[in-house]
Amino acid sequence: MLKRIILALAMAGGPLSAAELIGDADKGEIVFRKCSGCHEVGVSARNRIGPELNRIFGRRAAAEKDGFFYSKGLARMGADGLDWEFKTLDAYLENPKALVTGTRMNFSGLKDPQDRADVLAYLRQFSDMPQNIPESSPTARAREVELPPEVLALVGDPEYGEYLANECQTCHQVDGSNDGIPAIIGWPAEDFVIAMHAYKQKIRPHPVMQMMAGRLTEEEIAALAAYFNGLE
Amino acid sequence: MTLNRRAFIGTGIATAAALNAPMVMGQAKPRVVVIGGGAGGATAARYIAKDSKGAVEVTLVEANPIYTTCFFSNLYIGGFREFESLQHGYDKMAATGVTVINDLATGVDRAAKTVTLAGGAVLPYDRLVLSPGIDFRDGSVPGWSVDAHAEIMPHAYKAGPQTQLLKAQIEAMPQGGTFAMIAPPNPYRCPPGPYERISMVAWLLSQKNPTAKILIVDPKEKFSKQGLFEDGWSRHYPGMVERVGPDFGGDKVEVRPDTMEVVIDGSAQKVDVCNVIPGQMAGKIAQIAGVTDEKGWAPVLPDSMKSKMDENVFVLGDSSAQGDMPKSGFSANSQAKVAAMAIRGELTGSKVFPAKYSNTCWSLLAADDGVKVGASYEPTPEKIASTSSFISQNGEDAGLRKQTYEESIGWYEGITADIFG
Ligand SMILES: Cc1cc2nc3c(=O)[nH]c(=O)nc-3n(C[C@H](O)[C@H](O)[C@H](O)COP(=O)(O)OP(=O)(O)OC[C@H]3O[C@@H](n4cnc5c(N)ncnc54)[C@H](O)[C@@H]3O)c2cc1C
Repeated sequence: MLKRIILALAMAGGPLSAAELIGDADKGEIVFRKCSGCHEVGVSARNRIGPELNRIFGRRAAAEKDGFFYSKGLARMGADGLDWEFKTLDAYLENPKALVTGTRMNFSGLKDPQDRADVLAYLRQFSDMPQNIPESSPTARAREVELPPEVLALVGDPEYGEYLANECQTCHQVDGSNDGIPAIIGWPAEDFVIAMHAYKQKIRPHPVMQMMAGRLTEEEIAALAAYFNGLE
Repeated sequence: MTLNRRAFIGTGIATAAALNAPMVMGQAKPRVVVIGGGAGGATAARYIAKDSKGAVEVTLVEANPIYTTCFFSNLYIGGFREFESLQHGYDKMAATGVTVINDLATGVDRAAKTVTLAGGAVLPYDRLVLSPGIDFRDGSVPGWSVDAHAEIMPHAYKAGPQTQLLKAQIEAMPQGGTFAMIAPPNPYRCPPGPYERISMVAWLLSQKNPTAKILIVDPKEKFSKQGLFEDGWSRHYPGMVERVGPDFGGDKVEVRPDTMEVVIDGSAQKVDVCNVIPGQMAGKIAQIAGVTDEKGWAPVLPDSMKSKMDENVFVLGDSSAQGDMPKSGFSANSQAKVAAMAIRGELTGSKVFPAKYSNTCWSLLAADDGVKVGASYEPTPEKIASTSSFISQNGEDAGLRKQTYEESIGWYEGITADIFG
């Protein structure tokens, strides 16, 4: 079956297909073995531990149900307007829990950008047209949450973080309850930092969070991470 | 309700910190008195006590033993909340180290730095925080005064029995009757509040009294989230809501409580319920303290919420004139945290970080149809200025609207825990 799809792609798109622009789909098929314990893709793909991944590009997060129960966290991001396209899938694969707090996808992430590009090139073949148009939105290759190591290495001042956190606590409860609004205490600092930068760069969709994170400096995000990480 | 000194853990830290505080040398502990245990005052009291770890003596003076939130009171009218769910006591305050006095503050002597209570007590302070909310301007709606007519034509703009009265009146309306609202002039607390109320009244009526009519008499040309509200009303309650703006005499209104009439630009109309939301000003105690201006609000410095008229007084929330922030519970809570930090800094020498403020106001249009508007703010030399903002869009899908509503429920839980402990 896969052969047929590749064939069709070759006929329609020629050598510069979108899939090739993303990464190497053949290598991606091998990378996908890390995923195939839970996910199926292709003609007879069904929801299993994870949802089937046909037409994942351009899909609204948590949108395709067919009896699949998404986590509250993923459903929330979907309702916020998270669409699966290259940059969001790339961020998700890099660190699932940093993009979608509370996701049930129990996977620590693909740290190598090339692995992610390859596996996405592979998955791209199972999504709808116009997959052969490189500029089409599901495949357009936009900037990802690129955090230079020095940003990740910033050590925040927890005292400053405590003051800044006052603002978070108007909505997010310190006891960790998460009705309607997610809990934010006890996060690993790095996940927290990536998540806040994803809001700042408007990759994560929620408007309140985009606004709140938008005005935080790198040092302030680090300070908050240090503070929340210390809360139990 | 006790004035006894509490035993504090961490007195060692307190003494060390107090040594850095030149303004209160020679005194056991600096004293902060907070008047008003609402969104601004209770937050400030709790944060000063919590973060100073006993180094500052904090007394909260609040007239009512139970606080009923105005926020979500419209949802009670619509039938989405129980009245009790709006009520909060002060029992957790003591655990943070705040002494709560249940009494009315009747006087402030800024020269002697004391507050007088109706019960006769005199409380000395080093810093005074005023967060008394709003009072109504008598005469702003001709024919209506709060003392004489609030039982006939309720304002329901200070939550409590007034809110219950308004809901009961709406439920008792005859089939096909008319609910009228006299909307307030700017500035007033909660800019979307009257219009969220219209949505909730319409929801209630569409369930129980679908041929009833709603009439808004509005002195303002425009109002908050107007496009979102009007879209919501036409989708959920087609033909039910009519608004008379200033171009059709909405600013020339008079009411006759005895005959239940609303007179718009000289022509009288009988209504069944009339919700009068009058013009507003800073809570009376701010006027008594003499920290208000000729417009009736208390001007404050944008970086600390300190009164422009007295360096020992801070004014929070609805009473303050600070710039761009709307008068909301969210704003009052946000301002309280900045003021609490500034006050601790002055009294104990603790670090003072740059002020940041924010606000988001959610409103419910109908079941599972929530919208929101928000902004962040920073102090400039002249005022608290808006730096960025967002607003829900018409045409959003139902899932997002439902989620926005669920988020507002989470916000209510979060902010009330933040205010009252
Ligand atoms: C219908 C409605 C809906 C609203 N919805 C929202 C919303 O969804 N979100 C939002 O953020 N805001 C909302 N608000 C606005 C919000 O309620 C106010 O902006 C907020 O409560 C202001 O806080 P404050 O501390 O200034 O005053 P308040 O919260 O009113 O607190 C003042 C307190 O001071 C006490 N007091 C006053 N004078 C004295 C005295 N002399 N001695 C002792 N005690 C005194 C009063 O008893 C009161 O408890 C709404 C308001 C209304 C009317």
